Amino acid sequence: MSLDINTKKLTKNAYRVTKNRNYTALRVRVPGGAINAEMLSIVSEIAEKFGDGSVHITTRQGFQINMIPLDKVDEVNKYAKKLIIGLEINAVHPENGYPAAGTRNVSGCVGNRECPIAQFNTTDVVKRIEKIIFPNDFHFKIAVTGCPNDCIKAHSQDFGIIGQADVEYEYSRCIGCNACSKRCKKVSTEALTPKNGKIIRDSRRCIGCGECVLACPTSAWTRNPNKKYKLVIMGRTGKINPRVAMPFIEWTTEKIITKIILKTYEFVDKYIDRTLPKEHIGYIVDRVGFKEFKNFILEGIEMNDGAKISESINFGGYFNDKDRIFKTY
Amino acid sequence: MGFKLSNIEFNDIIKELSKNHKVYAPKRVESRGRFSDTDLILYKEIEAVEEIVYDKKSTYSPKEIITPITQTMFYFNEDGYKEANIDDKKIVIFIRPCDINALRRLDTIFLKNGDTEDYYYKRLREKVTIIMIECKESFENCFCVSMKSNKTEKYDLAVRISDEGVLCTSNTKEFTELLSKYKEVDFKPKFVKKNINVVNVPNITDINKEIFNHEMWDEFNARCIACGRCTTTCSTCTCFNTTDLHYDDNPNSGERRRTWASCHIDGFTTMAGGHNFRKDNASRMRFKAMHKIYDYQKRFGENMCVGCSRCDDICPQYIKFSSTINKISNVLKEGGKDGK
Repeated sequence: MSLDINTKKLTKNAYRVTKNRNYTALRVRVPGGAINAEMLSIVSEIAEKFGDGSVHITTRQGFQINMIPLDKVDEVNKYAKKLIIGLEINAVHPENGYPAAGTRNVSGCVGNRECPIAQFNTTDVVKRIEKIIFPNDFHFKIAVTGCPNDCIKAHSQDFGIIGQADVEYEYSRCIGCNACSKRCKKVSTEALTPKNGKIIRDSRRCIGCGECVLACPTSAWTRNPNKKYKLVIMGRTGKINPRVAMPFIEWTTEKIITKIILKTYEFVDKYIDRTLPKEHIGYIVDRVGFKEFKNFILEGIEMNDGAKISESINFGGYFNDKDRIFKTY
Repeated sequence: MGFKLSNIEFNDIIKELSKNHKVYAPKRVESRGRFSDTDLILYKEIEAVEEIVYDKKSTYSPKEIITPITQTMFYFNEDGYKEANIDDKKIVIFIRPCDINALRRLDTIFLKNGDTEDYYYKRLREKVTIIMIECKESFENCFCVSMKSNKTEKYDLAVRISDEGVLCTSNTKEFTELLSKYKEVDFKPKFVKKNINVVNVPNITDINKEIFNHEMWDEFNARCIACGRCTTTCSTCTCFNTTDLHYDDNPNSGERRRTWASCHIDGFTTMAGGHNFRKDNASRMRFKAMHKIYDYQKRFGENMCVGCSRCDDICPQYIKFSSTINKISNVLKEGGKDGK
């Protein structure tokens, strides 16, 4: 007996329309990829009970539970309730499953819970952002990474949040061993130069990787406890113009970044081309122009002291279809 | 005999001392640790007993108070020189027994090593009043008992700090007078009797030349990264560099300063012309280890290492100095068997 399914509703409920007729797959959000054994066992239980026992780990740190019969969706949603509550996902009626799928799971590297290099607790930041932006139908991809190594690949997101160590130097504690300047030269940007048995830091070169703090034997280099972040924007994969996200603001705060993300939802609401099934934020910015985007989202936001904002962005990447830029006359 | 003071009462003592002393104690410096969102415990000036971290070992030793990491000795120009001033105030340090024993090693190196006393050390050292923080229980890596530095009587005041108040006993007339108005109780500081970490320190008469060239050191070429954390946190390392700094805008004037140095850091044994005695990390480890448990003892009659184990706490490569000492002892034992 054939099924009568509203696929728009289905996909909004975080199920996929798959190539296998009458079967769907559930997308489980795991903010920041942080999950405990109990939640993991619920994923496994759903897969065994309703699916074919197979699970795909998605690139956004979620789970796709495969081969769920479409007529079991309501029943699966009752199970998914435990995941929605356990993983602290905003939902008005958790027993009805996920309320939206447009704004993707916010992903994050492991952060300073484990990683010695990370500048902050990425999971905490991810969870705070997830709480503020989800549920939402607009197509946003956000990732949070602990340091400029960018293990989460924040550079391929619409918004990539990168931890920056706001390093401070205590002159009298420095023994001039040059461990920091050697390390900086080797693994980072050569922002540190030895002088008279001490170190000079070029703040224009420093990217806040924190390697000097790790290398310093006397703790002459430490981090200012007020956290700072770099925001890279409008990176993407995709068919038309894959490109790396570019720096928009450096040395700013979580509060300001959160405001910017929320303002961007307003921007999308105003400018999105509603004739398309969906329009991705990056393409909207391309269409409307960076200046307009920047003016819109920064309106009313008071910047922190020391923040650096990009005047213009030369997005790179490449166009698979040159006709999109070169118009023939 | 001792005294029991509430924290509020003890803070009055600190306030009284602060009139003509800088009062130093191990203090938590939040979020300034090597890894993000971790703390440092550093010797800093304090105003209240609640600021003292008494249940954890400080990351760095108190030596930086009397042998500052960077110390200007004098200023010069083409006409002459002027000695750098130091603060008029005297110094009070809250310090653990192992670090008090380490202080004796510093005294030996700076004041009794050769005919000349180190003037810059002496003028700070003479200012020091010692308040011993009782250390009843060993921390994780400590091996003070093996190094015979778990006990000391060389304190002006000994304190047992807790959230409920301070128990103290004095060795000086000044402190006894200062405390006389407070409640008298029986208090004698206890000392660590046993560490989990037991170290067999070799007898110096058993140490032979072969051990210096033994293959046991080779592993450190691969393991040690010569980062300098072990020597900078060490409570008994005293090496420093003396350098002249000529001011950029007037190179005829400047200052002479000394800065900590370390046998584990590049350039320590580099000579004019580029010759370097200890190029590889294994020979640096050997030099440090043998200095701590052999060379110093041969010269001054006690081991240099006091077993505070800050080096073991901090080594990013998990090199355990106490194991290294045990390895030396084992090699010497085996050497004996082999009849070397």
